[in-house]
Amino acid sequence: MAGPGAARTRRTETGEKMRLLTLAGPVRTALAVVILSFGLIAAPGPAGSQSGSNPTAEAVQERQLLEELGRVQGRITIPDQRAMVLQQPQGRDYRAIHEAALPWLGAILIIGMLAVLAGFYFYRGRIRTLEPETGVTIERFNWAERFTHWVTATAFVILAITGLNYVFGKRLLMPLIGPDAFSAWSQFAKYTHTAMAWLFMAGVVVMFALWIKDNIPDRYDLPWLKAGGGMFDRTNRTHPPAARFNAGQKMVFWAVVLGGIVLSASGILLLLPFRFTDVNGMQLAQIVHSLVGMIMIAIILAHIYIGTLGMVGAFDAMGSGQVSLTWAKEHHKVWVDKQQAKTETGRRQVPPRRTATSAR
Amino acid sequence: MARMKFLCDADRCIECNACVTACKNEHDVPWGINRRRVVTINDGLPGERSVTMACMHCTDAPCAAVCPVDCFYTTEDAVVLHSKDLCIGCGYCFYACPFGAPQYPRTTNFGSRGKMDKCTFCSGGPEPDSSAIEYAKYGSNRLAEGKLPLCAEMCSTKSLLAGDGEVIAAIYRERVTQRGYGSGAWGWRTAYGETVEV
Repeated sequence: MAGPGAARTRRTETGEKMRLLTLAGPVRTALAVVILSFGLIAAPGPAGSQSGSNPTAEAVQERQLLEELGRVQGRITIPDQRAMVLQQPQGRDYRAIHEAALPWLGAILIIGMLAVLAGFYFYRGRIRTLEPETGVTIERFNWAERFTHWVTATAFVILAITGLNYVFGKRLLMPLIGPDAFSAWSQFAKYTHTAMAWLFMAGVVVMFALWIKDNIPDRYDLPWLKAGGGMFDRTNRTHPPAARFNAGQKMVFWAVVLGGIVLSASGILLLLPFRFTDVNGMQLAQIVHSLVGMIMIAIILAHIYIGTLGMVGAFDAMGSGQVSLTWAKEHHKVWVDKQQAKTETGRRQVPPRRTATSAR
Repeated sequence: MARMKFLCDADRCIECNACVTACKNEHDVPWGINRRRVVTINDGLPGERSVTMACMHCTDAPCAAVCPVDCFYTTEDAVVLHSKDLCIGCGYCFYACPFGAPQYPRTTNFGSRGKMDKCTFCSGGPEPDSSAIEYAKYGSNRLAEGKLPLCAEMCSTKSLLAGDGEVIAAIYRERVTQRGYGSGAWGWRTAYGETVEV
């Protein structure tokens, strides 16, 4: 009796045959492998559920992506490839550092340094030479050294002011002059900052070449540091010997060179946005740039103090280039001895005529 | 006052880019600026999802916090807007924005980005509503006309929802309940500190 059961069997057979016709065995197997391997790549974790009713079982999950990769990114059809990052919650961290930590750190560094310098001034006063001045001078920095110093110094001061404006401007200056004037000033400050950067970078390179030979640590440095450079001796009798630069000056030199390198590298990343790094790299560059900038400002404040108000006679070194021999002997004994061994007075002299003749 | 939000139902987005096109056309956005974009995650793989993203008009917006000239402000509808007159184009808002929303007209080097541009939730800027100067700087002001953002209005699958956060969350919740699945309101936790629980 051919009942409905037989009909069902026949239909099943036909279906089976049709499937075999459309997909030959090996092809089907290959396809299954491909699909399976894709599935493995896409969903390594909770995959395996073959439910067709819930498309989100295999779907990418925002929280999972954020936990695993820290951000969500995909493919984009516009040329701006930065836009492929759909979500980077690190922006919140950047904001926290930029708005909470950075202004406080900067304020502590700068106001702290000013307080230390003021304290030092009240403790020690202006440092004077022990022996009376004789009026005899010795050349400490030639014109090329002074020129480089002042170009770099000018650039640094402008960079420091315009740089601090990014962090403290809206907190201190904007309430005084209003948003429109402050915006105009900040726009000017921004362009000045990016322009002066090149002068500063060039200055650091030249200073490095000029003074590296005098800034290699030597045997006078440790005793100098142990004696605190004689800075804390109110009787002014401690004068540890030093070559052309003492350990303190060497520290300033290396701070400028190393700090300058970090500032230049991070600054170039900021000047050429997204050329070398992605958004998280830009965040890091910006934070490092601000932080190192503030540390440098604090160090340079100390440098400015000791070069002007803090020590009588020190400014002449970078002013006229000629320092008093008394001052030089007290602070840079080893250097003075060496210079005087070269020439009698320590001044640069016209080469003896004899040499010029023999050269011809 | 409503608390305006965007919600992209990623299970509906088909990456047709109608929202992107609608936005560009409505606001006469210049070349190179993408106030809205569609990102496809796991493209070509099972579980692929497309999400349309623009400024999410965050609660306690990071862009506004890091701006060195404080050019951002939040409207009564909780839309985050900014003044192009005050903006100096420093780029900090792009670093802080979790969604890559801020755009700059120039990509030239040495800090000359031009004034930042971003999604205004179709509500212009600080200039008088629907004025010519407002249109030139920020695009049209649909909110002032009682309309919601055009991107969501033009969405072919109604994946993108724009409007009062409570209302669009309710719509999304209903959808998820009815169809039995949903991959969540993308970006909500980051933008608003909360998500749509179903």
